[in-house]
Amino acid sequence: MAVRKPPITTREYWAPGHAACAGCGCAAALRLATKAFSEAMEEKYGDPNAFAIAQATGCMEVVSAVFPYTAWKAPWVHVAFENAAAVASGVEAAWKKVGRKGKILAIGGDGGTADIGMQALSGMLERWHNVVYLMYDNEAYMNTGIQRSSSTPYGAWTTTSPPGKLSIGEDKPKKWVALIAAAHQIPYVATASVANPYDYIRKMKKAAKIDGPAFVQVQCTCVPGWRAPPEKSIEITRLAIETGVWPLFEIENGDFHNIKIQAPGGGAKVKREGGRVVAIEFKKPIEEYLKLQGRFKHLFKQPEAIDQLREQIKAMWKVLGVEVTLPKPEE
Amino acid sequence: MPIRKVMKANEAAAWAAKLAKPKVIAAFPITPSTLVPEKISEFVADGELDAEFIKVESEHSAISACVGASAAGVRTFTATASQGLALMHEILFIAAGMRLPIVIAVGNRALSAPINIWNDWQDTISERDTGWLQFYAENNQEALDLILIAFKVAEDERVLLPAMVGFDAFILTHTVEPVEIPDQELVDEFLGEYVPKHAYLDPSKPITQGTLAFPAHYMEARYTVWEANEAAKKVIDEAFAEFEKRFGRRYQKIEEYKTDDAEIIFVTMGSLAGTVKEYVDMLREKGVKVGVAKLTVYRPFPTEEVRELAKKAKVLALLEKNVTFSVGGALFQDFSRALINEKEKPVIVDFILGLGGRDVTFKDLDEALGIAQKALAGEEFDEVNWIGLRKEIL
Ligand SMILES: Cc1ncc(C[n+]2csc(CCOP(=O)(O)OP(=O)(O)O)c2C)c(N)n1
Ligand code: SF4
Repeated sequence: MAVRKPPITTREYWAPGHAACAGCGCAAALRLATKAFSEAMEEKYGDPNAFAIAQATGCMEVVSAVFPYTAWKAPWVHVAFENAAAVASGVEAAWKKVGRKGKILAIGGDGGTADIGMQALSGMLERWHNVVYLMYDNEAYMNTGIQRSSSTPYGAWTTTSPPGKLSIGEDKPKKWVALIAAAHQIPYVATASVANPYDYIRKMKKAAKIDGPAFVQVQCTCVPGWRAPPEKSIEITRLAIETGVWPLFEIENGDFHNIKIQAPGGGAKVKREGGRVVAIEFKKPIEEYLKLQGRFKHLFKQPEAIDQLREQIKAMWKVLGVEVTLPKPEE
Repeated sequence: MPIRKVMKANEAAAWAAKLAKPKVIAAFPITPSTLVPEKISEFVADGELDAEFIKVESEHSAISACVGASAAGVRTFTATASQGLALMHEILFIAAGMRLPIVIAVGNRALSAPINIWNDWQDTISERDTGWLQFYAENNQEALDLILIAFKVAEDERVLLPAMVGFDAFILTHTVEPVEIPDQELVDEFLGEYVPKHAYLDPSKPITQGTLAFPAHYMEARYTVWEANEAAKKVIDEAFAEFEKRFGRRYQKIEEYKTDDAEIIFVTMGSLAGTVKEYVDMLREKGVKVGVAKLTVYRPFPTEEVRELAKKAKVLALLEKNVTFSVGGALFQDFSRALINEKEKPVIVDFILGLGGRDVTFKDLDEALGIAQKALAGEEFDEVNWIGLRKEIL
């Protein structure tokens, strides 16, 4: 009888027994990332274990490494909140010096990457360390109890961007760290989603095999942070792609003129010119994404705020070189 | 044969790093220690030091990269001062808590504000509770030697703590003196190769480093840092003895000068010890019974040696280039603690002087001596005294 090869290795590096919430999209993102890494290391060096992880303080750190337990089956080090990239630089330098083959994976949340860790990240990328930096983007500081980060989307409720008489919630557009990373002209930058695991795995493998720095930003849900039911985690992130909220793209060597856009699905019509995506007509309104999450609930009383968000999303796509149509829900 | 070269303490520190053969160095420039990474990068560029030199974007990343490299199991080194060390502060605790034997050379410099690039000890003194070992050099030779000794002690399995070696801004960092550079083979024998058993990032035997600890474990982890500091006391003595045997230069946690029959003993650190020794020579000629004690090791605090020292004098006059506001200097607290339960103890008078590079002159020392003599005579005196203040500009 023919046995089908599993789509990804059955080896586990992020082991069961970690303390993440049921339905945590970030836990899934880390598990897949390490599996993809392992496959890449096997293909590149013949050793599936040829990697080490340097991780920032944050939810994924505290749920995985509570002394005397660990969820990690790979060499793993945590130092502080803002310095995963710098720590990874040191690990990589040490490996280079002792002649150890392999790659370093640095992991940080949006806070540890977009805010406090931005300087260390920029330094690490600019110095061209052989490191893949994975930013798991749950769009707020979850470990300290859901405070806004610069990666929190416009309009979202967090404990430091509460909606109120004078506030619609978070009042600044999302900061796109992947674009900042790409401006360093590093070999590879990508965005990904746990709702599109094949695309995500492909990108992580590609990043892991590159010689030099790479940056991957993966959107993943946080159940309490997004005020969303745990069983809807994947559905929500899929809707983020299908409504245009979360673009999936790759930028190689900082070439902003040749950004590769992955198809969003959800019935969206993609227009290409010379193989390049130039326009996308989304079919599903962003409201479909927003309405499943308590963090956006208040926006439905202020439709102008949702329109504002739509404009910001269009502007972001424009940076990617794509004209998008974002429909409004039918009345 | 060892060679003698005329050099600044910064160069001596770079030479020490070269001799210690760290595999990873990560550093960021700051006055007055900028020359240390510059000189090291020359060594690396010329192939004289086979190391990865990470040109980080800040001191925070310098120490973070050192932690990463040390966690990956290799010998690491960095250099900084003042605001740079302050920027490392957060990670200094982590390096000690993770028991990583990193060595930092510090050109001791004042902290802002006002911004000031000159010498005092506030930078390293402010890091005294991080768990790091602290050595202070009196001259450029000591800067070199103490860095080698710091590696030896830090990497000892009974210790496994990071160490900082301070040498005074400009007074040493930028002043040339003859320095003996020991033979590489002897240094190799003295230090050996660093082979960590507790910190490595090896895929064939994965370990998790830098975990979260709940209240059930945190205190015990911190206690091991305490224990390691205690253990370091003996290890430092052993390292000093071995160093003397191999290189002929003698170090002690507290070096005494003319203390045997002294009534007043000045206690100090770093290059100031040299000045005070001269001053004591001068006073001795006049028949004044004074001596000097120099702390070469400040952390772990040499409590036993301080108690022995205290038996010799009626007054301990502490000369400190640092302030702990509303208390005095840091040494004042340390000495008070060491002596509080002793049956017989000398009077302690604290002097804060030389902050931000203010010269410490014999006139200043006269002022301090006057107050110490009052204390000796049983007259009233102030416990904490700022020496050399320009009252007219206050
Ligand atoms: C210097 C410093 N400031 C603040 C904190 C507190 N802190 C720890 S994790 C965290 C937020 C982490 O957010 P993010 O990086 O988005 O990861 P998440 O928790 O969402 O997984 C904060 C503010 C810290 N550990 N260190
Ligand atoms: S709080 Fe959020 S990020 Fe943290 S484990 Fe739970 S779902 Fe995941």
